[in-house]
Parts: sequence; C-alpha cells; structure tokens
Amino acid sequence: MVKKILLSPWTKAVVFALCLVPLAELLWRAYNQDLTANPVEFITHTTGDWTIRFLMITLSVTPLRLLLRQPQLVRFRRMFGLFAFFYAMLHFTTWFCIDKFFDFQEMGKDILKRPFITIGMAALLMLAPLAVTSTNGWVRRLGYRRWQKLHRLIYAIALCGVIHYYWLVKSDIRLPLLYGAIWAALMAARLIEWRRRRVLAPVT
Amino acid sequence: MIIRKSTDLRYSDVTPKQVYLNRRKFLAAGSAALAAPLVRGNTPLAAAVKSPFSTTEKITPKDLALHYNNYYEFGTGKEDPGRNAPGKLVSIPEWTIRIEGEVAKPRTIDLDALRKIAPMEERIYRHRCVERWSMVFPWIGYSLSALLKQVEPTSKAKYVAFQSYYNSKFELSSFSAGIEFPYVEGLRMDEAMHPLTLLAFGVYGEMLPDQMGAQVRLAVPWKYGYKSIKSIVKIKLVEKEPPTTWNLAAANEYGFYSNVNPEVDHPRWSQKKERRLPELFPRDTIKFNGYGDQVAGMYAGMDLRKYH
Repeated sequence: MVKKILLSPWTKAVVFALCLVPLAELLWRAYNQDLTANPVEFITHTTGDWTIRFLMITLSVTPLRLLLRQPQLVRFRRMFGLFAFFYAMLHFTTWFCIDKFFDFQEMGKDILKRPFITIGMAALLMLAPLAVTSTNGWVRRLGYRRWQKLHRLIYAIALCGVIHYYWLVKSDIRLPLLYGAIWAALMAARLIEWRRRRVLAPVT
Repeated sequence: MIIRKSTDLRYSDVTPKQVYLNRRKFLAAGSAALAAPLVRGNTPLAAAVKSPFSTTEKITPKDLALHYNNYYEFGTGKEDPGRNAPGKLVSIPEWTIRIEGEVAKPRTIDLDALRKIAPMEERIYRHRCVERWSMVFPWIGYSLSALLKQVEPTSKAKYVAFQSYYNSKFELSSFSAGIEFPYVEGLRMDEAMHPLTLLAFGVYGEMLPDQMGAQVRLAVPWKYGYKSIKSIVKIKLVEKEPPTTWNLAAANEYGFYSNVNPEVDHPRWSQKKERRLPELFPRDTIKFNGYGDQVAGMYAGMDLRKYH
C-alpha cells in the first residue's frame, strides 16, 4: 500500500505542489501587503529558512528510507534537492537585486569581507553544479560512482548553510543550533549505516 | 501641558462607535479584564509643544511601526513583540522609576508625577537600527535633562545607567533571547543631559504601546536604536561607565557609544547604507544619524573607531 502510494505519479505531483507552498504564502502575503515593515528582510529570511529546511529534508531521505525500509522514498530526493536550490536562488536574488541593487563591486566586497556571506556564497556555488548534474543523463555521463561522490557535496553545503545562519543571528542562536543538531544526527545516521555495511559485507 | 486621563474621555474620543458597541458585547460576555488594556493602549497623549528638533521627513506608518519591533523580552522575531507584548506592560498598575546613585535627592517617582515634570513635546526623530533599517517616529515626551536636574546629580555622577522592566513570568528568558535580562543601557553624563535625549511617554499621539516600550523609554536619535532603552524602571547615576546589554553580548560588535556612523562597519555588515522602511532600496546613512550639528562636539578628539 505504502509502496503503491510512493510510486504513484500523483504523489509526486502533490509533493511538488507542497514544496511550492512557502513561495505561494510569500506571494499571498506580498499581494496583501503583509510582508512586515521590512519586506526585503522578510523575503530574504523566509527564502533562507526554506533553503536550509529543504537541505535538511533532502539529507533525511536516505536515513528515512533505510529506517522505514521504503526504498521508493528516493524518488523524491532529487525534487527536494532542486527545491533547496530554487529557494537558495530566490534568497540570493533578493539580496543581490534589492539589497545590493546589482552592484557587483559591493557584492564582491561583502563576499570577501563578511564571513557569513562568504560561507553562504560558497554553499550556493557548491549547490549549483549539483542542480545541473541532477538529471538522469548526467548520472549516466559521470558514471554512478563519480556522480555519487560529487553529490556528497551536499553534506558540506548543508553545514555551510547552518554556519551561515549561525553567524548571521545577533543573539538568539536556538534555531541555528537546532539545524546544526539535525545535520549532525543525519550525518551520524550515515556513519552508523556505513559501519554496519562494512561489517556485513566488506567491500573488496 | 494637556494630559487627558482615561476618566476624562468618552469612548467615542478613542474608539469609533461601532467598535465600542462591539466591545460592550465583548464586555457583556464577561471579559472586562481583557478589554481594559486595549482602552489604555489607545489613550491619547497630547503634546503642548511642537519641537524645533523635529525632522520634516515622512513619518513611518503607525501600523508598520507596531508590527516590526526589536523587543527581545517579547520574542526575537520582528513580529513577536507586536503579538506578545500588547496589554502586558500598560496593565501594570503602579509604574514607577527609581532614581538613585550619585544624586542629592534619590527618589521613586510614579508615572503621573513623572509626566508633570516638564511640558510634553512632540519630537519627530529619525531612528536608525544597527541592523541597517530606519524609521521616523513622532515621539512625545521631554528632555531627560529635566528629570535628572530634579534629583540633583553630584559631582561624582559621570554616567547614567538605565534598567528596563523585566518579569520572567511573561517575558523571554535570557537563555532563549541570548542576551542578559533585565536589559540595561547607559549614557555619558553630557549625552544624558543633551537636549536631544528624550524621555518619551508616547508616540503617534498616544501613550506608548507595549511593544514600543511602555510606559516610558528613551529616544536617543543619534545612536543606534538599542541605546534607546524601553520600559524604564530604574535610573542610576554612577561614576564609572556602566555595563550595557548588547555590549555584554558582543563587545566587538556593540560599543558603549554606538553612535550612528557609516564610517565604522559592524563586523558582520557595512553601516554605509540603511533601508528607510517600508522602502525597498537602501539610502546612505548619515553620521550621527544627521544630528551631527548638535552632537558631534561631544566627541571632539575621540577615536570613534575605538569608541564605537
């Protein structure tokens, strides 16, 4: 039953629509002029929040499918990853177009001078090739092993995202720490699985 | 000075008839206690004098100002204080300020007495937050110097320390907010006595709403917003530079002086520009928030990078 639901194209469509809800809510609030006194900050923070959430969701697919014994879950991994990239681009675009007003020089200065921007930018630059090579064609072209190696970059990207957030906040570090803990837990799950496999079936 | 108390008011002075008729239904339902703070929050506060210190710049719409606040005791999100604070502070029955330390006449003054110390002025000030946004508020109050003169500072009084109201029953813990509570701030004596330093009791023609620092706060327009301490309950005149909350949290980011200065960056962002809310695109930040003519003299010869 669960398997049937997971394999249904309808499920994929529903999940896709759900992933767009945060954007829809933003547009709805914009339409109602309900983006607080500081719309730019509100949009930047909301898209940033959703980027880090989608990174965590993407990272949780593998542990979840092992834990729940539902390998079909992997069907959604690419979509979640691409949505992380989608919200990251909205996040970056808001900053660059409105905050920096297309000023490349100012942007460059900020990237070099402000560690939290440096690391955020690094995360986005690492995320871009993963988005590009997310297609089946690219998996074939690179070969699965190499493709998988490349896509392990997401571990570093998510960590950079957490640090970016941690360095940004003024004093209330509860949320950045929570995301840091989630990241650590998801990494630990991988480590445990990796060690278990090594014990069960030593790779030659 | 005209200060109308709620007893002199008819409901129609404050609230449209339709609304107060609804409220009567509400009261009839047995929620009188809930409605009371709503009435006080809307209490008009008239200013007899329009101050020459006022800017002619466009005042920030009230609705935006009431729902975009930094008041960490009521939540660290910008919309939190507007949700969590209303009714909490204005309903405290006996608001007093204790003034002590290096003064000849230490006193505890209640709100009614405080309001009568000097004529209420309306002062339209720019307000620049360290987070690179700014607003324009029509404060109502009088120069803090009028109050300080009453308690007769001694020659040892070099600084003024302020403390906010704090009640952990309905306000955030220090652990959650990441800064120490009760919130404390401080000014050098000459800064505190400067005519621009306003002791504010109201804004937008009304008594201060909770999320903007009821019942009484500072407005120090040439400094970053966090220097303008909210909900003051204690003032102490002291000999040494007093601790200040944000400086305790991160000394390299928030100095004691915290004068608005586009030449000195916050370690994590440039202070060259600011966004005048609700505008989208930033504008240039002016040194001392544009009040340099009046205040720059106090810092002559000081290294403003060191004493940021």
